[in-house]
Amino acid sequence: MSHSLASPAKPLASASRTSSVGDVVFAAIAKAAGVFVLLLLGAIIVSLFIGGWPTFRAFGMGFLFNADWDPVQNVFGGAVPIYGTLVTAVLAIVMAVPLAFGIAFYLTELAPSWFRRPVGTAIELLAAVPSIIYGMWGFFMIVPFMAEWVQPPLIDALSDIPVVGALFKGPPFGTGIFTASLILAVMILPFIAATMRDVFQTVPAVYKESAYGLGCTTWEVMRSIVIPYTRVSVVGGIMLGLGRALGETMAVTFVIGNTNRLSTSLFGPGNTIASIVALEFPESQAGSLKLSSLLALGFILFVISFIVLAISRTLLRPGAK
Amino acid sequence: MSATTSEGEMAGPKRDPQVADMLSRRRQRSNWIVKALCILATTIGLAFLALILVTLFWLGFGGLQWTVFTEATKPPGSHGGLINAIVGSLIQTAIGTAVGTPIGIMVGVYLAEYSLGTRLGNAVRFVSDVLLSAPSILIGLFIYQVLVNPFDGFSGIAGGLALAVIVIPIVVRTTEDMLRLIPVALREAAVALGAPKWKSIVLVCLRAALDGIATGVLLAVARIAGETAPLLFTSLGNLNWSLSLAQPMSSLPVTIYQYAGSAFEDWVQLAWVGALLITLGVLALNIVARVLLRPRA
Repeated sequence: MSHSLASPAKPLASASRTSSVGDVVFAAIAKAAGVFVLLLLGAIIVSLFIGGWPTFRAFGMGFLFNADWDPVQNVFGGAVPIYGTLVTAVLAIVMAVPLAFGIAFYLTELAPSWFRRPVGTAIELLAAVPSIIYGMWGFFMIVPFMAEWVQPPLIDALSDIPVVGALFKGPPFGTGIFTASLILAVMILPFIAATMRDVFQTVPAVYKESAYGLGCTTWEVMRSIVIPYTRVSVVGGIMLGLGRALGETMAVTFVIGNTNRLSTSLFGPGNTIASIVALEFPESQAGSLKLSSLLALGFILFVISFIVLAISRTLLRPGAK
Repeated sequence: MSATTSEGEMAGPKRDPQVADMLSRRRQRSNWIVKALCILATTIGLAFLALILVTLFWLGFGGLQWTVFTEATKPPGSHGGLINAIVGSLIQTAIGTAVGTPIGIMVGVYLAEYSLGTRLGNAVRFVSDVLLSAPSILIGLFIYQVLVNPFDGFSGIAGGLALAVIVIPIVVRTTEDMLRLIPVALREAAVALGAPKWKSIVLVCLRAALDGIATGVLLAVARIAGETAPLLFTSLGNLNWSLSLAQPMSSLPVTIYQYAGSAFEDWVQLAWVGALLITLGVLALNIVARVLLRPRA
């Protein structure tokens, strides 16, 4: 759609040949602004890399796999926050995607049309709530709830099972990786739901009507027409949610438990890259190896998010099917 | 389960009415189950929003007094307010919007009007989309690296510029989208009148797209007003009354962060008040922005 609308710029281009300095200047300013954005992203990557360079030089690739974070000995490894970042983000996706799918399905196929707009807006407002609010709400509401009602029964029931049990061992503090994932899931839910809804709406009505004409139920139309038609973009929407979850800071910082030990239990405390940067930064002196390690972690987070967001964008591009 | 249903349906030359009836009922049943689950999912989503709002009102409303808006933050136990945080947030949000909006609009103009099919245009669009979802804490680290560390000081201006970096991609996205919606005839009319391209963009296209762009700017303001992570390492927060842009500056989100984690009851109470204020402000901006967009959508 956008391509056909954009094409008329060509006649304008020929018209502008006759005109003045104003055009040249304006075009130059616009182009400069575009280049500025490119440079901005480049500057972010380079500044984080330069800041993290002392750490990369001191620990090499071992920084990625070393689980020690010991400011006293001046030994820093990124394994714990990197692990925490990946695990919380993936768990959040696992929890959020089914809910988001249900919401998108409801909003596109099931809800009465007068009801779609208010519900859709309410879900979008969930995305607008600042992340610090999620953090506070999680810390004061969800953490006590988890410690009281969710974790003790799960620990009792599951921790004796071999292998799986290790995931549920430990004291029920309420904080930890699982709680962080839960809050992240609520935060990314509206992003994924909104993307899925928009994508589902691109399915041509004729396809759906044909299926209904054959006697398909709503669910069968969804499963056999809408999902196959939109599969690529749906994955793109999920990757977008993943990208958000990876870099979320404040919500996680409140509930993750801030521990730099590798914990196999999902109820155990941990750290993500974003949370360790937020929590440890105030205690890091300018120029110290610790600050450099935080910047190095920032660089790693940027690389991970960049890859995820790049994939997401490629899949969501119009005509990517 | 449902997979076997449709296969059974496909294989259906036998016209046993009983089998047909059973199949039909099974298909209806799975349809109802999925529908019920979707309604449940939507209810859960809405319940989260309701729960957050109820919590905020329940814990924040009680602490809402005039002193919140007349007193600066004070040591625990001395009836402080949040006025320096509120003003600091307003200043930094204003800087972020004022710096980010013009750049974002120009980038959007470049993408929609000048960059058709060029490699540079695609690269800029791609990078802007990545920045749109980039972790905001990294933008804070970036500004720390280029503005705070070299010049040896946290400052309100650094905080505002960190927020500007967040504003740019949001405004780029809406400006480009809105410019692409402008009808061809409008541009042709401008050209037919002999307007140079820049005039047709500024006086015709941008003006026609103004509602949409304003929506984007409002959404950007709503987004940065609640941002905490990029301010932690840039404007730092300041418990004293200060309007100097060269000094560390207080902001509502950072104050909430400091207060909520403290052990003092009155500070935690003020954190809830701040949380209520900021959420209501942000949600109100979002609703206004959506109402603005409605006639065009």
